[in-house]
Parts: sequence; C-alpha cells; structure tokens
Amino acid sequence: MKEKLISDGKRIDGRKAEEFRPIEMKLDIVSRANGSASFRFGNSVVVASVFGPRALTPRHLQKPDSCVLRCRYNMAPFSVDDRKNPGPDRRSKEISKVTRLALEPAIFLEEFPKATIDAYIEVLQADGSTRVTGINATSLALVDSGVPMKDLVTACSVGKIDDTLIVDLNGKEDNNSEADIAFAMMPSKDKITLLQMDGLLTKQEFLTAIKMAKSYCKKIYELQKKTLKEKYENVD
Amino acid sequence: MEVRRIVLPGELVDKRNGRKLWSGVYIEGDNVFSKVLGIPRITENEISVIPLSGVYRPRVGNRVIGVITGVEISGWSVDINSPYTAFLPLVEAVGEFVDKSRTDISKFYDIDDIVYCRVSKVTKDKTVQVNMKAIGSRRLYNGIIIKITPTKVPRVIGKGGSMINLLKNKTACEIVVGQNGIVWIRGLNKAKVIEAILKIEKESHVVGLTEKIENMLSE
Repeated sequence: MKEKLISDGKRIDGRKAEEFRPIEMKLDIVSRANGSASFRFGNSVVVASVFGPRALTPRHLQKPDSCVLRCRYNMAPFSVDDRKNPGPDRRSKEISKVTRLALEPAIFLEEFPKATIDAYIEVLQADGSTRVTGINATSLALVDSGVPMKDLVTACSVGKIDDTLIVDLNGKEDNNSEADIAFAMMPSKDKITLLQMDGLLTKQEFLTAIKMAKSYCKKIYELQKKTLKEKYENVD
Repeated sequence: MEVRRIVLPGELVDKRNGRKLWSGVYIEGDNVFSKVLGIPRITENEISVIPLSGVYRPRVGNRVIGVITGVEISGWSVDINSPYTAFLPLVEAVGEFVDKSRTDISKFYDIDDIVYCRVSKVTKDKTVQVNMKAIGSRRLYNGIIIKITPTKVPRVIGKGGSMINLLKNKTACEIVVGQNGIVWIRGLNKAKVIEAILKIEKESHVVGLTEKIENMLSE
C-alpha cells in the first residue's frame, strides 16, 4: 500500500501544510569568489559563488551592449541517495537556464558591456526544491559581490498532495506530488521571474498556490535582508 | 560599535525631491532605490549609494596602478584590475620621439612592470586608454602590490589624506594607492602596512576608524 503523505494535517516530516523547513544562510563561503553564499532548506544545501563582472572569453560570446550572465547548476555525485553521474545532463542544463532567466531581470546587465558574470551553483545535498534553493543562494551571492541589482530574487516551491496545497516540498513529496510549482520573484517590486509547473491543478488551486508562494517568498526575503545586513553590522 | 546605515538592492533610499542622482541608485517615479549593498549618501542636492563591494569601473581622470600584460607594436596592454584591459599608447607614455620600426619598445616598459598612470579615455563600449603624462605618473620599482575593494580606496586615503599619512609616518613605508584598488608598498615595515590596510578594508563602514588604526600601529 502507498504510504500516506499527509495524515491529520501533518506531513511525513511532521510539518503543517504551510510550514517551511528550517532555513539557514551564510555568506563568504568561497574566499576567492567576488561573492558567495550558502542556502539551506532543511536537508537541501546549496553553495553559490559569483565571479565577476570579468572579461569574457572567447570573444565571440561577448555582447557589445550588455553583460552576459552565465549560470551553472551542478549536483555533487554524493548529493542524492543513488550516486549521481557527475557532469552536465539534460536536467541540470535546463535548471541552469531557468536560473539564469530568473535572475537576469533583476541585474543591471547593461552597466558592464562585453563582460560576464559567472554564477556557479553547487548542490551539496539534495532533498527537493533544489532549484529554488539555488536561486536564493545565487541572489545572495550576487548582492554580496556588489553587482548592481533592482532587487533581490527570492524563490520557493509550492505543491499539491492529497488535495492539500503545501509549501517547500521535500524530496519524497516532490516525487509523489500531484503538482509542484517552482516560483521566483522580486519581492519588493512584486514581479514574478520564474514560474514552472509540473502536474495538474484547477485554476482556483493555481491562483491560491501563487498567493501562498508570494507570501512565503516575502518571509524568506526578510531573512535574506537580515543575513546581508548582519555581515556588516557584526564586525569583530 | 557605531555603524552607518546600510541599504540593500531594491531598498528605498529617499524621495527624490528634484535632487541630482549619482551612482548606485535608480529611480521609479519619485522614489530613489538602491542598486547595491552600500552606504547611502544623502545631501541637500544629491543622492548616491557607495557600494561596499564590487569591481573597479574605469572613469576618466582616475589615477590607477596597472601591471603591463603585453607589449604591442605601438603601445602596451595594461591590467588595471577591472573587467576591461587598458591600452597605453607609446606616444602617451614616452616623452621622446621613438622610431617604431626600429625600436623594441619593451625597453621602456616590459611585461610585469608596475605603472602608476591616469585613465585618459573610456568609450561607451568600455575601451580604456591610460597615459603617463599626468604629474606623478611613473613606473614603480620593487615593492609589492596588494588588492583591496576599489570602493574602499577613499577610506584608505582618509579625509584630506589623514589615513594614508598616518600609515606613512608610523611605518616609514612608501605607499601608492591607485583608485582601482591596487596598493603598492615599498619599505621594511610592509607586513604592518598590509595588516592595517586589510583592517581598514574590512571595517570601512565603522565610525572612528582612524583612531583605531592609530592605536593598532602604536602598539
């Protein structure tokens, strides 16, 4: 018999439907990078490092009027239960692309023509929602590196299990959900930069899910702001 | 410890009220928002945000320290610690007439030489030119260079040069600070200068830093 993922309003890890896993953020993880950060959603741990703006080679990739943002999402072989075959695959290429598209609207790319900003996103531990964890970490790393931005980008996931809408899916819920949404936004501008859905939802459910994602993103936003300010407020 | 107000990207800095906007801010309607993590500077006439991190962006008139990375036919390419490599033309570097067809110009400047120069031209697509004509421009012999965050250079120099003079007097080192975040140091007390400069970089937003450094160097 299939294991029940929600019973008495509680999920398999004891959370309520609209409760998220413990969040932890750290800055300055990679000392050689211009900016770096780690972000943790429960058992999902991601380290993002940003290099640049720096000169872009080969030169045919340069854009004469804007900077090129390059993102690389990579899962460590030890990040999942079965060993992940190292190197880029179909899935990580797609996630690299959507991460880039989620972050591009927030950056003033036109200020650095012909240059590049490289963002390396390493998943050290994967337990669901890794793409949104990666976006959160990269956004912190970009601000830390001093790249001019319109706003931070904050991301979270929403899903549906047993006719209940839930936030921040873990690995097991991710695999068995009826639908899941990856969502990113610029909270203070109230603009959505990433919206992906897998599965089926009614229109009403979808609109409720977006509303949930937005309010949840704003909570993470406050934590991100606190982390960034603390770096400079606690000297010695 | 007293710390200045810090703003984040997307954070409201102030209402514009017809004031001039400088770097680090953008505008939506009459609201001025920050582009970077930094310290806002709000006066009667202007608003800006000084970033706490970031790469060097060349501006005409900046005095920078560069490292020669290549010798070409009629000039040198210079690494100025920025996403863009600068070019130093022969005529802007050497006072005398040089017959290019007969001379190997590496006898003036060679790869890995350190030069203190001035940014003379920056085009829209960020082609950067430097020259050695401004007063004080010269090749820097011996010594070592360290890199700091370019936006923190004003703090290393201090108001009217107070900080840099303090460092020079207390350690008897020769110090040249380029606006691109490269600092050149020559002298016996190098280690002490480096320690002090890195401390200034780390605590640039703390109030009363000069006294702190003075105490540190007097120990």
